[in-house]
Amino acid sequence: MARKLHDTARDALSGLLFDGMTIAAGGFGLCGIPETLIDEIRRSGVKDLTIISNNAGVDDFGLGLLLQSRQVRKMISSYVGENKEFERQYLTGVLELEFNPQGTLAERLRAGGAGIAGFYTRTGVGTIVADGKEEKIFGGERYILETGLTADLAIVKAWRGDEKGNLVYRKTARNFNPMVATSSRVTVAEVEELLPAGAIDPDHVHTPSIFVQRMILAERNEKRIEKRIVRGEV
Amino acid sequence: MPWTRNDMAARAARELRDGFYVNLGIGIPTLVADNIPEGMDVTLQSENGMLGLGPYPDAAHVDADIINAGKETITELAGTSYVSSADSFGMIRGGHIDLSVLGAMEVAENGDIANWMIPGKMVKGMGGAMDLVAGVRRIIVLMDHVSRDGTPKFRKSCTLPLTGSAVVDMLITDLAVFARADRSARFRLIECAPGVDPDQVRALTEADFDI
Repeated sequence: MARKLHDTARDALSGLLFDGMTIAAGGFGLCGIPETLIDEIRRSGVKDLTIISNNAGVDDFGLGLLLQSRQVRKMISSYVGENKEFERQYLTGVLELEFNPQGTLAERLRAGGAGIAGFYTRTGVGTIVADGKEEKIFGGERYILETGLTADLAIVKAWRGDEKGNLVYRKTARNFNPMVATSSRVTVAEVEELLPAGAIDPDHVHTPSIFVQRMILAERNEKRIEKRIVRGEV
Repeated sequence: MPWTRNDMAARAARELRDGFYVNLGIGIPTLVADNIPEGMDVTLQSENGMLGLGPYPDAAHVDADIINAGKETITELAGTSYVSSADSFGMIRGGHIDLSVLGAMEVAENGDIANWMIPGKMVKGMGGAMDLVAGVRRIIVLMDHVSRDGTPKFRKSCTLPLTGSAVVDMLITDLAVFARADRSARFRLIECAPGVDPDQVRALTEADFDI
């Protein structure tokens, strides 16, 4: 069996990183983000990155760490509200930003990974999101053309993975990870729990092994909570 | 006497029907969840990929892997399912969600909504708002009738960048409720808060509406 499992994040990313590259990252907020791989990308010093990710982390956690170290040139995201360093870099022109509606971003990644060059959606019709995009009428309704997105590298976080590369996500930590995993020829997955091949029910696999080229056991599972709301404390 | 935020949420909850699948926006709309009539089967969807949201957890059941679209910790219920973001927005864009209740900065008399961006200020992003207004079958907006400086927020046309065009079906403010039969119809004032009369509403509204 081709060996996908690597001992360290450094090994797993070896030979994959280059300045100016595009990286797609799974996660929603701080939930289901590849913490270990982000740490290693920061350590590597690779720069001028374009990052495709729904959010940009917070100042000192998640993708915020790569903003802090000035490794990011452009973000393709739907919401970046929780990050002061992001705001500072954006307002001073250091950081470029492309906003996509959240569902459009998810579908662009899904389409890119599925070999679909573009799709028509009603989302964004009549707004600045439609600027410069082809508009077409289907069944009397207006739609705009959005294009598929691919990346040079995809990084995802899964709950369980088997050594073949099949992945299972846990609860809302699934979010963008399945589409991100398909969006590149090279996907590196970090998993919380590593299992032998056959330990995952084939009917329960979320991301099949074909979409995972390299994997590691996650070294960092801090899973920071952005808004801890507890009944009775509200 | 203007309605409170909870009054507004309770009024929106009167639009719920048994069996509805509903997406609630961040802010005042989340209060709608506390006003679902007893015994009514309403399933809440969260666009990050959860169908069947439960209440906030107690301290012993906080789980970093269970959050809502506002990134708040939440719980699951019997019958909850989790999906990817692509599948979640398939539900939204595909017209499978019956109702969404959202906040707004401005609504126009043709049903345009602006709720994501103020030019010149830091832009946080639209998140899932544009997908929701484009795809969900019925859109109810909850917002204050006027801004803090007294400017009417129900306008002839929005001054802020739009989230969606001609998509609002019902508008509930702290002073009144406006509704329309379809998305090409004019809005009609259908209710006023206690002690508020239509002339007062008219005076505080830039949009043209029927009574």
